[in-house]
Amino acid sequence: MFLSMNWIGDFVDFSGLDKVELIHKFSLSTAEVENEIFFKGSDISGIVVAEIKSVENHPDSKKLHLLKVDAGDGKLTDVVCGAPNVKVGMKTAFAKVGAKIGDITISPRPLAGYTSNGMCCSEAEIGISDDNSGIMEITDDAENGTDLKDLYQIEDIVFEVDNKSLTNRPDLWGHYGIAREFAALAGRELKPLDCADLSKYDSLPKVDMKIEDNLCQRYSCLQVENINRTVSPVNMRIRLFYCGMRGINFLADLTNYLMLEMGQPMHAFDSRKVEKIRIKRFDKPFVFRTLDGVDRNIDENTLMICNDNTPVAIAGIMGGLDSEIVDDTTTLTLESATFDSVSIRKSSVRLAHRTDASMRYEKSLDPEMTVKAIARFVKLLEEYDGGVKVVSSLTDEYGYRYETVTLDFDKAFVNRYTGIEISNRQIVNTLSSLGFKVENNGDDFKVVVPSWRATKDVTIKADIIEEITRIYGYDNFDVNTTRSPLYPVRADRTKTVEDKVKDLLVKKYSLHEVHSYIWAYNDELKALNIPVENNIKLANATNPNIETIRNSIIPTQLCQIKQNTSFAPDFGIFEIGRVVKGMDENNLCIEKKMLAVTLFSKTKDVSALYFELRDMLAVIAGDIRHSSFTFKPCEPEHSYEHPVNLNKILIDGEEIGTIGIVHPVAGKSIDKKASIVFAELDIEEFAKSEDLGITYCEPSKFPPIDYDLSLVVPQGMLFDAIKTAWDGLGKDILKNTRIVDTYDTETVHSITVRFEFSSNQRTLSSAEVQEIMDKVIENLSKIGVELRK
Amino acid sequence: MDEKIIKLKEELESKLASVSDLGELDKIRVAYLGKKGSITALLKGMKGLSHEEKKAFGADVNKLKAYAGEKIEECISALKQKEIEREIKSMPQFDITAPADIDRGSYHPITLVQRQCEAIFKSMGFNVEDYSEIVTDYECFESLNIPKHHPARDMQDTYYLENGQLLKSQTSAAQNAILKKYGKNLIENGVPIKAIFPGRCFRNEATDACHENTFFQMEGVMVDKDISISNLIFFMKTMLSEVFQKDIKVRLRPGFFPFVEPGFELDISCLICGGTGCPSCKHSGWLELCPCGMIHPNVLKEGGIDPEKYTGFAFGLGLTRLAMMKYGIKDIRDLNSGSLKVLSQFTDDE
Repeated sequence: MFLSMNWIGDFVDFSGLDKVELIHKFSLSTAEVENEIFFKGSDISGIVVAEIKSVENHPDSKKLHLLKVDAGDGKLTDVVCGAPNVKVGMKTAFAKVGAKIGDITISPRPLAGYTSNGMCCSEAEIGISDDNSGIMEITDDAENGTDLKDLYQIEDIVFEVDNKSLTNRPDLWGHYGIAREFAALAGRELKPLDCADLSKYDSLPKVDMKIEDNLCQRYSCLQVENINRTVSPVNMRIRLFYCGMRGINFLADLTNYLMLEMGQPMHAFDSRKVEKIRIKRFDKPFVFRTLDGVDRNIDENTLMICNDNTPVAIAGIMGGLDSEIVDDTTTLTLESATFDSVSIRKSSVRLAHRTDASMRYEKSLDPEMTVKAIARFVKLLEEYDGGVKVVSSLTDEYGYRYETVTLDFDKAFVNRYTGIEISNRQIVNTLSSLGFKVENNGDDFKVVVPSWRATKDVTIKADIIEEITRIYGYDNFDVNTTRSPLYPVRADRTKTVEDKVKDLLVKKYSLHEVHSYIWAYNDELKALNIPVENNIKLANATNPNIETIRNSIIPTQLCQIKQNTSFAPDFGIFEIGRVVKGMDENNLCIEKKMLAVTLFSKTKDVSALYFELRDMLAVIAGDIRHSSFTFKPCEPEHSYEHPVNLNKILIDGEEIGTIGIVHPVAGKSIDKKASIVFAELDIEEFAKSEDLGITYCEPSKFPPIDYDLSLVVPQGMLFDAIKTAWDGLGKDILKNTRIVDTYDTETVHSITVRFEFSSNQRTLSSAEVQEIMDKVIENLSKIGVELRK
Repeated sequence: MDEKIIKLKEELESKLASVSDLGELDKIRVAYLGKKGSITALLKGMKGLSHEEKKAFGADVNKLKAYAGEKIEECISALKQKEIEREIKSMPQFDITAPADIDRGSYHPITLVQRQCEAIFKSMGFNVEDYSEIVTDYECFESLNIPKHHPARDMQDTYYLENGQLLKSQTSAAQNAILKKYGKNLIENGVPIKAIFPGRCFRNEATDACHENTFFQMEGVMVDKDISISNLIFFMKTMLSEVFQKDIKVRLRPGFFPFVEPGFELDISCLICGGTGCPSCKHSGWLELCPCGMIHPNVLKEGGIDPEKYTGFAFGLGLTRLAMMKYGIKDIRDLNSGSLKVLSQFTDDE
């Protein structure tokens, strides 16, 4: 919204004050002002009122005229002019030689064989309207040679306020409300609005008007006739133009002017078309043509202004074409009303039609303003068009009222909330200047909120704090730390685990952390031949590629792997992110936080890569929880899982994830030859598992004995099964077993297991070790494992 | 002196002079000084000599023995020395200036910025909280003083799910739960609520270089008996100065958010120009960074905390924006792109 300092200046005396400084103050105390401030009229000078004394057609040009103009300097000046509307006796805006318009300095200039000693200007050239159809016609009484800037308010400081920062301030949607803020910030009086006394029309008949719907809060109207003026005063047009509106005609301009001045949207109906005003909704949808000529679908929730049963306007949004003021309108009915803000907002969203009026109504306008706006309208009407006649009494119906908001608070409350000292006097002065009624007894305050702030904006004590502090100025605050007591902070377990996992994967395994979206990548997955699995969907996504919430991060990571195949021959990515694993019994999403890792290699075979990943998991479990994962072969549940070597990851017997190889169908879509393996586990479940801590063992002072056995492993037998051969054997002295060698031929898979014996109490005898090993060998043979010959 | 002794001495000297490795030298030692060595043998050849002669000859042989031992030792250390020198010489000159070949992993830039912010707040006694990404209407709106039909709901283009839940549009969705989680300890034991909750947020909007539908914020709250606007400004200024590692000027402007009262928009002095005005701050000298405010009494109430007794502040910091500012990332979409050309550069946790 654009605001004019001249306009604001109608209500606040700015003499002696730096206006730009005040605008900055406004931005810090009230609402955000856009950076650029416009100094209107500052780029023109030397433009005066001049009268065209003679007009001759240019001998060689159909367009050009040769003029003699009287610019008030006691001589006639020759001017060549191309405007179509030149005529003798017309007064216009004349840029004399030496005048400046923007970057141009006017000088005598040859034009089609004649010298033009100056330029007659259009309104657009001066920058006071967008009218470039001809030169400006000055009808106001002014002596030739009068500087145009003395005649009209061309010089102005205009600034723009971000509409979003006014969402909660219905009172700031007009210059008068803004002026109230400036008055408070400048410490000056706010002048009252000059309004007509409507009581003198009380004896006239009322307008036939009735509110038939509780969505209309207040409806005020008045009938006026005999309006003769068609063109608005220049100063009014300049203000409208500076504030971003085009001049239309006097009556339309005046309703706009009122809206920009007071924030109250107004509408004028042709009284012939609107004899019985009824405000209501309709039972059935219908099509309605608004004054912009557009046919709009009105539904049963949209509040309409009607002439009895014929709709004539969409309440609070836009008038209808049929009831608009036309050339032969003699009597008009002025509407000034307030409606339910939510209803207006919703209707305007439904109609996809947001107007200057609806934008204001949706903020909850002050219903006390409707009558005042009519009184102000009539005042301006009378001022600019002497013949105007009011032909009805003020007709006003109040559907419902807001309650008066009274707030009690004390000085201690203000101190506690602000943390600084603001004097009682300053509190009283600030609130009074903003229109609050304040009673102050000692440290107690009772405040009555003015109607224009009481529609939703100021309702509680904390709101009063904002009023006091913003005018006090946040820049003036003394800044202090708190005096709260200190207590130790315990780090969240999952968070700590996550950080450690990330560090391990990045620092030890050189993996790359990636982020991805929470929904399945429809298009990218199609390219990998991975169907999107059924899961909960977004209800209002606008992008067709965004639809289903993912139930695993792995498909997403495969898309990311595909995207990065040229990054390096070997790389791995990981993410800690969210998935939804179906719905719970209350139909709420079961959200899980998963760690997903995918490794890609063009140089390693799949077994090496698979074990690299398995070892990573082992290090994660070992380093972070001082425990270990176990694995359990499982059947594939997803299309991207290779059925062989797919395992559940378990901790403390709980399944928390999966490790596997990518299915060749998906794998080949990514890279024909590369190995790709993945693991995904529930990081919160993992974090919940017991941290076994470090168990310290005193190093033995006695020599250890290592015993190696080379075994031929039967097809498909896992180490977990082989291990059962020495379960419970060796008690305190068998400290560790590990695979120290593997030997494979085409037919035989063989491993060498080292049994590490040691004791802290004594030197072990080879006989006791041999005794244990004999038992192991016997057990092995029972499960079909033979020693390698 | 016996001729044999002299001869043997000369012979040894000449051998020692030409010896070039320790093995050969050891052989020489054995040949002269060993049990069957030639010097030892000299003593055996004394049989025919008189007592006097024996005495003199023996003394000479012992002298030779000592001399030989000494010479051989000298020779050993000389040879060892030579060997070390040879080893030193044999060491090739490496090109230390050759580019390092490091296989490094990388953190997501959001992780880096988030950790930095968390560290600052942990050092000031704040808990770090995590929260789900799929929340209810109550969590995201109702509990935050944003009733149905509130225009703020239109402003935030929320992703709704089929079951009526939604992808959280703001980290504030965790506020109610956090107030409830720590409220008891505040009320019963006087332990102030101090928590930050970084998290991922979602907005249903078209993406471009400056707009993302998925981004990170970090929200913080502090609630105690006398938390004031003055405290809020202090914490914001301190935190931001730590984040940017320089003294940051901040300014507050009124801002409207339904869950705070008063609400503020916090600007910081432009990091590029320092406040004099440049293209990146649109010549204003300020950057809008962080909405904040005093927690609305209704929000406190909804969290089970009496707003007559307690006050608090809340702020929201755009982690994504912060990461972009910190690293000069121009296109916000790079962050979720999964492109390792982009992400692999963030190798270090600072």
